[in-house]
Amino acid sequence: MQLSTKHLLGIRDLQPVDIQLILDTATQFKEVLQRPIKKVPTLRDVTIVNLFYENSTRTRISFELAEKRLSADTINFTASGSSAAKGETLLDTVNNILSMKVDMVVMRHSASGAPHFLAKHIPAAIVNAGDGINEHPTQALLDAFSIREALGELAGKKVAIIGDIMHSRVALSNIWLLKKMGAEVTIAGPPTLIPVHLTEAFDVRVEYNLRNALEWCDVANILRIQLERQNQPLFSSLREYSLAYGVNKRLLDSLSKEIVIMHPGPINRGVELDSDAADSKQSIILHQVENGVAVRMAVLYLLAGGTQ
Amino acid sequence: MKIILNEQQLAITIQRLTHQLLENHLDLQNTVLIGIQPRGIYFSDRIVRQLQTEVKPEAIQYGKLDITFYRDDVRKGLHELNYTEIPFSIENKNVVLIDDVLWTGRTIRASLDALLDFGRPAKVELCVLIDRRFSRQLPIQADYVGRPIDSIITQKVKVFWKEKDGKDEVELL
Repeated sequence: MQLSTKHLLGIRDLQPVDIQLILDTATQFKEVLQRPIKKVPTLRDVTIVNLFYENSTRTRISFELAEKRLSADTINFTASGSSAAKGETLLDTVNNILSMKVDMVVMRHSASGAPHFLAKHIPAAIVNAGDGINEHPTQALLDAFSIREALGELAGKKVAIIGDIMHSRVALSNIWLLKKMGAEVTIAGPPTLIPVHLTEAFDVRVEYNLRNALEWCDVANILRIQLERQNQPLFSSLREYSLAYGVNKRLLDSLSKEIVIMHPGPINRGVELDSDAADSKQSIILHQVENGVAVRMAVLYLLAGGTQ
Repeated sequence: MKIILNEQQLAITIQRLTHQLLENHLDLQNTVLIGIQPRGIYFSDRIVRQLQTEVKPEAIQYGKLDITFYRDDVRKGLHELNYTEIPFSIENKNVVLIDDVLWTGRTIRASLDALLDFGRPAKVELCVLIDRRFSRQLPIQADYVGRPIDSIITQKVKVFWKEKDGKDEVELL
């Protein structure tokens, strides 16, 4: 009953048994979250720092709630308003925090590989909460948990990941995870947003036509257009993107079967996903958010276990 | 190896404990039974099966409790998780906790913590099959005891159940 890794840096480093263990553990934590007192004393002697070098709503709140529900002590750090703004290096900041006896670090950073760098230099366990355009492992885990909850299992299921694949750490983590667990994956979006090497690295299909992708899949995971990471225009306008790749209720109703709609948030309503589809009963977007707390509790619990 | 209870003795003991429970809780009106995961539930399943022959089956409220998240030794390594299922309120109820072996008392300590997160029971009692006397690390004792035994720390008590281990027997190893 132990993960094969000391840190959660990416889905890439996990074995299928690790993923299974995290998802099964999350099921038990989900039950805890339904209780009258939604808190267990499991990590009462563990201190966790949340290091957020990049903006976040869902992930930060979700991690913080997960930590509090496990009775861990938490410290929050955001880069703006800290000494990082005065020019302190990442390693210096973290070592200073760790010298105050912190056991785990949850970190989000705009540089890909920042948590991997940190893992080489500090003794504390690290949970990657998103690094640049590399990975966002807990998002992929909660997506997998939500798919499992909606469809029973992952193996053999057809998942279409649609949208800005190029800039999406959610896409990469999801592809790693789904392929490790035996699901089929199709990547869909405009050619400019799909990296050419992806099909060499993974056994995934590529589809440039939205309707074909939706018709093929059991689950559509629709990603946000990350304008903040695009320093050159990759499509002519949001309106054009929305016309070609926006998912709406009319399109969903015209498909031959009912598919599950997912989105990691935040949604650009009317761009990649219309409100009538996002708020329909096919959508499990809010379940994803709810499951996020249980999945993060599982990750923190499993990483904290046996650390002495 | 010494056999503490054989199949027949085990059946008689379970019957006796069931009667003792009914002595104090008569029609089980305000009483709920909670088995402790993982090994306690085989014993509690038997108790409940016996109770069903004595009272109306629908009067029995029976749940299962997993205490892994309440253990005090998380950092020493993780334990296998099991499910918790308490599909009723324990508020103001008489709760009978059921486990197979009472030894150091730490499992029961954790169970009490876990239980209180589900509400405030009127009373909590403890029913165990085997009570390893004189080996407690916490001030905890059982209200219903199948068989008290004296054992030393290096010995092990193993409870076998037909549905899991192929035989009904309690051994001291």
